[in-house]
Amino acid sequence: MNELVNSWGLNPAIPVGLNAYLLVAAILFVLGLIACMARRNAIGILIGVELIINAAIINFMAFWRFGGSQTDGSGALVGPLFGVFLILLAACEAAVALAILLSLYFNFGTIEVDSIHQMER
Amino acid sequence: MSNELINAAGQNWVGANLAFWFITAVVVGSATMAAFARNIVQAAYALFFTLLGVAGYFALLGSSFLAITQVVIYVGGILVLLMFGVLLTNRPLQERTHGELGRYLIAAIAGAVLLGGVLVRVVFSTPWKMAPAPAVPVPETAAIGRMLVGNYLLPLELAGMLLLLCLLGAAYLVRRQER
Repeated sequence: MNELVNSWGLNPAIPVGLNAYLLVAAILFVLGLIACMARRNAIGILIGVELIINAAIINFMAFWRFGGSQTDGSGALVGPLFGVFLILLAACEAAVALAILLSLYFNFGTIEVDSIHQMER
Repeated sequence: MSNELINAAGQNWVGANLAFWFITAVVVGSATMAAFARNIVQAAYALFFTLLGVAGYFALLGSSFLAITQVVIYVGGILVLLMFGVLLTNRPLQERTHGELGRYLIAAIAGAVLLGGVLVRVVFSTPWKMAPAPAVPVPETAAIGRMLVGNYLLPLELAGMLLLLCLLGAAYLVRRQER
C-alpha cells in the first residue's frame, strides 16, 4: 500500500497518493492561519477562515478516497457527505460573519480589528 | 500492494497526475496571494482561483458532486458575499491598503510555519492504513441523495434548521437601528 500513499504522480500507473493531498491541505491551512493572525481587515480574516475550511474538506475527501470507505457497505460516500455539510456550515458562517461586520461598520465606521477595542462607541 | 489492484481498470493516470500538479500550482500560488495581498480586493479575487482549484481536487478525488457543490456554493455564493462585504465596507484605497498586514506579520508567519512543520512531520511519519480504492470512481450523486433521506436524515434536518437560523440572525444583525 505504501506505493499509493507515497505516490507523487511520477509513475503513470498509480494516481497521486494520500501524502500529496495532505501536504497541499497543510499548506492551505498554514496560509489561512497566517491570514487570520496577520490581517487587520476583518474580511481578510474571513478569507483566512475559508482557506482553513477548504484544507479540512480536502483532508476529509483524501482520507475517504484512500481509506477504502468507498467500497465499505455502511460508510460508503461518507466523504462527499461530510464535504457537503462542511460547505453548508461555511456558508452559514460567512453569512453571519458578514452581517456582524456590516453591523460593526455601521457602529464604528471601520472594520479594522486593531481599531475596535471596546464593545461600545 | 501490486499495481494490478490499484490499476484494475487498466487506467492511465498521466492526465490525472498532470492535472493534480497544475491545480496544485494554481491553488498554492493563489492562496499565497489571498494570504499576503496588500489590497483586500485582490485577496478576494485570489481566493476565487483557490476555491476553483479545490473543486478540481474534489473531481480528481472522485466526487463530481462535491466539485459542483463547491463551485456553486463557494464560488457562486460565499465569494460573492465576501465581495459585497468588501465593497459595502469601502474606504479610500490608500487608507485601505496602508499597513494591511499589521505589525504581527513576522510572528504570525513564524508560528504558522512551525505548526505547518509539525503537521508535515506527522503526515509523513504516520503509517496510514490504506484500503484498495477502486480505480474508477463510482457515480455518486444519486447515492448521496438516498443517504441524505435515509441514515443521515437528522443531520439534514438540523442543517436546514441551522440555515433558517442563520438567515434570521443575519437579517437581525444588519437591521437599521433606531438610536
